[in-house]
Amino acid sequence: MTAPLLQAVGLTKRFGGLVANDAIDLGVSEGQVHAVIGPNGAGKTTLLAQLNGELKPDRGTIHFDGRDITALPTATRARLGLARSFQITSVFASFSAVDNVALAVQGQERHSFRFWRDASGDPALAEPAERALERVGLADRSHVPASALAHGQKRQLELAMALAMRPKLLLLDEPMAGMGVEESAAMVTLLAGLKAEVPILLVEHDMDAVFALADQITVLLHGRVIASGPPAEIRRNAEVREAYLGEDAAAGDG
Amino acid sequence: MAGARRRKIALACLLGFLVLLPPVALAAGEPFYVSLFTRILITALAAASLNLILGFGGMVSFGHAAFVGIGGYVVGIAFVHASDGTLFLGLLPGTVSGFVVLPLAMIVAGLVALPIGAICLRTTGISFIMITLAFAQMLYYLMISLRRYNGQDGIAVWQRSELPWPIDLDDRMSFYYVALAVLLAFLYGTHRMVNSRFGRVLRAAKDNERRVRALGFHAYRYKLAAFVIAGAAAGLSGALLVNSTGFVGPSYLEWHRSGDLIVMVVLGGVGTLFGPVLGAGALMLLEEFIPELLNGLADGLGEHWKIFLGPILILIVLYARRGLMGLVDGSLGGSLLRRLRPEPPPGKPPRRRR
Ligand SMILES: Nc1ncnc2c1ncn2[C@@H]1O[C@H](COP(=O)(O)OP(=O)(O)O)[C@@H](O)[C@H]1O
Ligand SMILES: [Mg+2]
Repeated sequence: MTAPLLQAVGLTKRFGGLVANDAIDLGVSEGQVHAVIGPNGAGKTTLLAQLNGELKPDRGTIHFDGRDITALPTATRARLGLARSFQITSVFASFSAVDNVALAVQGQERHSFRFWRDASGDPALAEPAERALERVGLADRSHVPASALAHGQKRQLELAMALAMRPKLLLLDEPMAGMGVEESAAMVTLLAGLKAEVPILLVEHDMDAVFALADQITVLLHGRVIASGPPAEIRRNAEVREAYLGEDAAAGDG
Repeated sequence: MAGARRRKIALACLLGFLVLLPPVALAAGEPFYVSLFTRILITALAAASLNLILGFGGMVSFGHAAFVGIGGYVVGIAFVHASDGTLFLGLLPGTVSGFVVLPLAMIVAGLVALPIGAICLRTTGISFIMITLAFAQMLYYLMISLRRYNGQDGIAVWQRSELPWPIDLDDRMSFYYVALAVLLAFLYGTHRMVNSRFGRVLRAAKDNERRVRALGFHAYRYKLAAFVIAGAAAGLSGALLVNSTGFVGPSYLEWHRSGDLIVMVVLGGVGTLFGPVLGAGALMLLEEFIPELLNGLADGLGEHWKIFLGPILILIVLYARRGLMGLVDGSLGGSLLRRLRPEPPPGKPPRRRR
């Protein structure tokens, strides 16, 4: 096998006395959906924040696309193709849906020190933005202010923004959180379709979604990796079942 | 939208009023009003430049008057050397040429804003407010210490900047229209800027800077650029103000001048294009006329009228974010009503977590 696209080694993050991430090793390869699961407070969001540069690791290294990105700032990582969607929906409320996505497109341009021309009339931004909205099923909402979107639509918008960054890797933090059954199912279909294009590191609570999508699953507990492997193996893992999967896995197995 | 229509009509009226004011005031034998409104327009430029960073970029600078003062001192110092024939730092001759001193005031103010912004923008929130204030105070004391330029007493600048015919700052009317043109040019530039790519990054960073970084923008650089542009525009305002008052001194950089600029922006409407103009006009007209009125009612009341300003500002911050602009476009009543009525619960999203 070639080297993984993303490789984290020994990532450690402490908050005071709390070890939120404890020597985590994790890799994502091309064509893969790698799911990270674990109960609330296990350290999943902290892990994503370290990967996208928002948090500096206390220890450990991150390699992405053949280079050491451990010391690079968030913006630089984003421009290298590392796109993160957030667990707490953080779209720009005063912008319309399409302007939110257009900003993501703009983020991949060389710079935005362009002071004069009206950005809203620029097809170089609007066209890719509309395409991304169409992919996530928001085409008919493009001119609605983001603040007026329903919760599930905001989650879709988050994903559209990540897609518009022309990412080499998607870091998705609970993309289905708070979605209804139908919306979740649509999101699973969408992510399954994306898989061929862009690998995904998926943090998700919805076990149906995780087992439907993942090629590899890493289980976190108290900041530590307690298991990592293909879905079938994780399903069988006694420690995982006890610690986390519980009823869900048993039912899924049955 | 009805609001947009009302705003357009109101702005047309405001523009008409500003354009017609000098001939009307002069015909009525009240040249004082031309000078007063010239100062209002110049101060509105400073308020508008603060609004660029405060209103559109979310940077609450409590030291903006320092850049006004720097711009003013450029004109003042150039004048001193021009009038006594000495060289600035033994190198540069003085001048009263507007073509030199007005751009120079912008450049110097911008250059001073650059390192100050570079340091202050490492912080946010209250720390940012405090550190901008601290830098402004430093500059204030620096000006006091400049003995060559009369320290505390400041410089009487009795020669206005010279500009080519037909512009003549010694002529009230001419000066007024220069101030109006500069203000409108800056507002138009701001309008272009906030809708450009740059402005989008700036406005988004005000909303959620962390998200902006995750999209690939070095938010810091964009905020710093805005800070420098705002500083330069404030410098130009200072340069014009010196011409209008014939004086520059450390008082230009006093902290309450920075506070006044914030009040103007908040009063007029944070993050609105014309709000700072309304705010500057309202505050300066009140300052001009309220003390007299109140002193007529009760002796000494006039000195303390600003006591009433505090509660009004708090009400604006709480209930009418768009300030006077809210009155203009009719959103004020709406937002007040919304405040009084509890918001309908936004329909809890169905949870599907274990
Ligand atoms: N900025 C922070 N400061 C202090 N503690 C934090 C911070 N962020 C997260 N934590 C703590 O770290 C642990 C892991 O949090 P998080 O990564 O958000 O977990 P998860 O996403 O798996 O639910 C939790 O106990 C949380 O309270
Ligand atoms: Mg989380």
